[in-house]
Amino acid sequence: MTLLRTSPQNAETMTEAVGVRGRSLWVDARRRLFRNKASVISMIVLGIITLMAIFAPLLSPYAYDYIDYSVISCSPDWWPDKTVMCNAGGAHIFGTDSVGRDLFVRVLYGARVSLAVGLVATLVSLLIGVAYGATAGFIGGRLDEVMMRFVDVLYSLPFIFFVIILMVVFDRNFILLFVAIGAVEWLTMARIVRGQTLSIKQKEFIEAARAGGVTRFNIIRRHIIPNVVGPVIVYVTLTIPSVILAESFLSFLGLGIQEPLTSWGVLISEGANKMETAPWMLVFPAVFMAVTLFCFNFIGDGLRDALDPKDR
Amino acid sequence: MSVLEVKNLDVRFATQDGEVHAVKNANFTIAEGECLGVVGESGSGKSQLFMAALGLLSSNGHATGSVKFRGQEILNIPTRQLNKLRGTKITMIFQDPLTSLTPHLTIGTQLIESLRIVHRISQQEAGKRARAALDLVRIPEAAQRMRQYPHELSGGMRQRVMIAMATVSGPDLLIADEPTTALDVTVQAEILDILRDLKRELKSSIVMISHDMGVIAGIAEDVQVMRYGEIVETGEVDEIFRAPKHPYTRMLLDAMPRIDSIKRELSPAAPISQSTLLNVDDLKVYFPIKRRGLFAGTKPLRAVDGVSLQLRPGETLGVVGESGCGKSTLARAILKLAPITGGSVVWCGRDLGPMQESAVRALRKEFQIVFQDPLASLDPRMTIGQSIAEPLKTLRPDLPRSDITAQVREMMGHVGLDPNWINRYPHEFSGGQNQRVGIARAMIVRPKLVICDEAVSALDVSIQAQIIDLIVKLQKEFGMSLIFISHDLSVVRQISHRVMVLYLGRVVEIADRDAIYEDPRHPYTRALISAVPIPDPALERSRKRLRLTGDLPSPLDTRAALTFLKSKVIDDPDAEQYKPRLMEIAPGHFVAEYDAIT
Amino acid sequence: MLSYAIRRILSAIPTLFIIITLAFFMMRAAPGGPFDSQRKLPPQIEHNIEVAYNLDKPLFQQYLLYLGHISHGDFGPSYKNRNFTVTQLIAAGVPVSARLGFSAMAIALLVGVTLGAVAALNQNHAGDYGVMSVAMVGITIPTFVTAPLLTLIFGVYGITIWGLDLSLPVGGWNGGAARNVILPIFVLALPQIAIIARLVRGSVIEVLRSNYVRTARAKGLPDHVVMTRHVLQAALLPLVSYLGPAIAGIVTGSLVVEQIFGLPGIGRYFVQGALNRDYTLVMGVVIFYATFIILLNLVADILYRVLDPRVRFE
Repeated sequence: MTLLRTSPQNAETMTEAVGVRGRSLWVDARRRLFRNKASVISMIVLGIITLMAIFAPLLSPYAYDYIDYSVISCSPDWWPDKTVMCNAGGAHIFGTDSVGRDLFVRVLYGARVSLAVGLVATLVSLLIGVAYGATAGFIGGRLDEVMMRFVDVLYSLPFIFFVIILMVVFDRNFILLFVAIGAVEWLTMARIVRGQTLSIKQKEFIEAARAGGVTRFNIIRRHIIPNVVGPVIVYVTLTIPSVILAESFLSFLGLGIQEPLTSWGVLISEGANKMETAPWMLVFPAVFMAVTLFCFNFIGDGLRDALDPKDR
Repeated sequence: MSVLEVKNLDVRFATQDGEVHAVKNANFTIAEGECLGVVGESGSGKSQLFMAALGLLSSNGHATGSVKFRGQEILNIPTRQLNKLRGTKITMIFQDPLTSLTPHLTIGTQLIESLRIVHRISQQEAGKRARAALDLVRIPEAAQRMRQYPHELSGGMRQRVMIAMATVSGPDLLIADEPTTALDVTVQAEILDILRDLKRELKSSIVMISHDMGVIAGIAEDVQVMRYGEIVETGEVDEIFRAPKHPYTRMLLDAMPRIDSIKRELSPAAPISQSTLLNVDDLKVYFPIKRRGLFAGTKPLRAVDGVSLQLRPGETLGVVGESGCGKSTLARAILKLAPITGGSVVWCGRDLGPMQESAVRALRKEFQIVFQDPLASLDPRMTIGQSIAEPLKTLRPDLPRSDITAQVREMMGHVGLDPNWINRYPHEFSGGQNQRVGIARAMIVRPKLVICDEAVSALDVSIQAQIIDLIVKLQKEFGMSLIFISHDLSVVRQISHRVMVLYLGRVVEIADRDAIYEDPRHPYTRALISAVPIPDPALERSRKRLRLTGDLPSPLDTRAALTFLKSKVIDDPDAEQYKPRLMEIAPGHFVAEYDAIT
Repeated sequence: MLSYAIRRILSAIPTLFIIITLAFFMMRAAPGGPFDSQRKLPPQIEHNIEVAYNLDKPLFQQYLLYLGHISHGDFGPSYKNRNFTVTQLIAAGVPVSARLGFSAMAIALLVGVTLGAVAALNQNHAGDYGVMSVAMVGITIPTFVTAPLLTLIFGVYGITIWGLDLSLPVGGWNGGAARNVILPIFVLALPQIAIIARLVRGSVIEVLRSNYVRTARAKGLPDHVVMTRHVLQAALLPLVSYLGPAIAGIVTGSLVVEQIFGLPGIGRYFVQGALNRDYTLVMGVVIFYATFIILLNLVADILYRVLDPRVRFE
């Protein structure tokens, strides 16, 4: 048995003469994606969590900010460790927090906020990143060099510092949170888009289109954009968990979402404080966030494999 | 005892698209000192057969059967045992020398590695043997080379290093897997010479794997023809070439373009009195290259350095040259896809140089281009119907969709594609079919000129012949002019009325196709023609070869273009050099000035 | 090589400059000054304090004064802890953060590279899936979850395996005692281990596929020679490119880790400084970090060129 195993070759490199059966690249990719079990399960789980977040008020009789001092820091009835101080009773499936608010509904509302931040901030980073990267990639030359040097420099700095300073300066504005986090993530998006644009630009079919008299605008519209969309989608899916993590990071430090709104980051930081006496306060939001992040990562990986199978 | 004995060798690969049966039940032997040529197109399994024998299959490959080296079984034996033979008794060289050498180790280290590590030979002794091996492959200044890295050497030199690596230990069996396919013709000729000399001196058995029958004819004593994993015919080299028995072998020999014979009648070009379609006068395309070091500043890369040509309607001009000669840049400059630095390109009386891009775009329907790589030249996300339709849509945005579709289908028929495939995607087709799509796309606007930039170079021999037939047929039907660019002289001869030879951006000789092959004058043309392998073993053995020594010089060195006129050289790589003039030595036959070869 | 290094250092200076400027103006743009949270002072005293700290001068002048000071290494006094200068505070915090950061980086590299290589060699088999799952965990679960979780397991509940008491203290620096730093270092290293393992796995797989590895095997070299000589150096190149962001990641992580474990490093100063609007402290820390990271990037760049002969001779 060899220590070194070389990677498998695919059928195309074996037999040149016969064309591979199939349909369009999108259909092909979709097929591969749905064959990936991890991705499919992740999509289902994510779907469920999203639905739960949307229908949160219907799923629990308690309001997310309803304070009830009679059940402070009480574990859910089914909690295995019986040495806890009190049992919440009622419909408190996940128990209560330190001021008696129902944890279950708070986790769901936290889902709303975290997912919203994830999507919006990713959108912001998408817009900035795509515009920046596409311009640098398409125009190329000197402008590209300068723009990318800028990105390289920023990439290696802990941008979080500036986000923190921003949050302090503008006093924890909710909208600013989206913008600030998006502004951190655009760097990778810009790099991806620029890289893709550059590599597509050099392909012969672009030259063929030019030779055919197609205008620059139409080349971008018909040829470049459809070919860049794939990797961008993959990266969007992988940026969302990054953003959610960044938001929870800020919330942990006290700079993110403010009361009475809550996010998973806030819940986790509260839970971390009360870890010794009320571990359920940490466990449930942590599990929800971890599962959501896993799902996004699996879907992102699955998309990447589906769109470019050589890239394992 | 035979050196290699293969019995019932079967190689299969488990892939995502099902099982691939790469080698089906191969049986053959290789005798002591024999040179076996293995010929076949892509997918024939010729490489996989020997990779399996050497235990180099990728992890999803599985080989069964028996391979015996001097009586010892070597198939599927543990790596440790195999390593005693690999690299010393049985060696292999591969197709692409650039990627086959480790980039971060010096040449010297890589040469002596197996000697030192596997055979515990002292550093001194190993170094001596390495230098001797480098001498054998005619690499000058061996000691200095050993300290260099692979990327500092040219392609030809790298391949010679690979050969040195494979012969330094005096192997019993040397397997050469398409060793010259990625090299220029003149470089290939030198490598083949080296291999022939080695064959004489080392007395090792050699296996030469190639798709090029000419190469095989020039070196092999026995030949094995493979197709789809099966060995369809074996025999002595003279037998195979003179009287092939299997229809596939016959088809291969037939399809192979020969530089010394013409197989096709071309439609006559327009008479000289008619106005020229294209008049290129002293065209120059220079690219600024940044200098090394702290002091910036640029040096011009003279990709095209004063090329003139005229093209009449219905005429095919073949443009021939090796890498760096500027033929592709020339094509793009004519189409105004590359910037013109000097000279003029006049199309039907209109100078393209000063024209605005929008005006040029309006003219683009008159000249089109077919590219080398069929798959890369098609947008993978568009159906072939959409790709073919695009130039038409651009030209006639007013046409209703039904008309466009009808025209696309009609053109698909002309190029030999089933019109019902109109909604399929490029990745569903083979290289040859995709190239037909490329041709259809170029032809759909009925251009007056089609430039084929190495249009058949990436195709298998049998497919190549079909595409050449197609191009000739289309020219008969539609009467367009062609500029056919290729490094392959044999192909160019089949298809052109006139042939132009380029060297480092300058025209070296231009004549009609019979004259250039029967009476070549310029030493470069003669060396080029002499280097092309002919699929006729008797001819190959008796040929007198004219060789260029050394590698192709760098186009950045201005002295390089005067390689054949050294008497006029100024010894400064940056100086403005004398430009050899084109002399008309016979009607229509022009040759650049050169020093006579002594 | 030397000319390249010089050029890079020169190009780093404007970067630093921009960072300092940005940070300065951002902090000053914040509503409220550093003394707002304290008791309301009589206007005269407030004015005196402002003069003493140059806060009454126009913003641009403050900026120039500040630049002048820091070029002498004087970051001024901390606005909050007025008994200490910023330089003193940074000097006190650096050994803690440095110890934490470098240990974490070293562990991340060692463990990450090993795991990545193991995964690559066992591609699509058990070893690969195992390592990649662990990597997934490391990447998705944030440090402020792993920290309290592990503290819970090792600190609060305590673990005894085979009679060995593996319980660890819940927090505190304790002069850098081994038992106190193990957990913080590990928590800090975990996300980087995951990222590095993934990176190395991908790059080793790619190198194993290459033609020159095939040549090396065809030459009869034993597998371990092929791995160490031919594969490793090439496969580690992308890792060297990642070193810059890796350090940035560890610095970011240290903010949380120092907070949770109560370690007196500069990360903690930074967060507190940001919350308290302690201008000078925040500025000082930002400049310190920025310089450090830029230097490290330079080292990584040069290391890359040393490892890749193709780039070396440009």
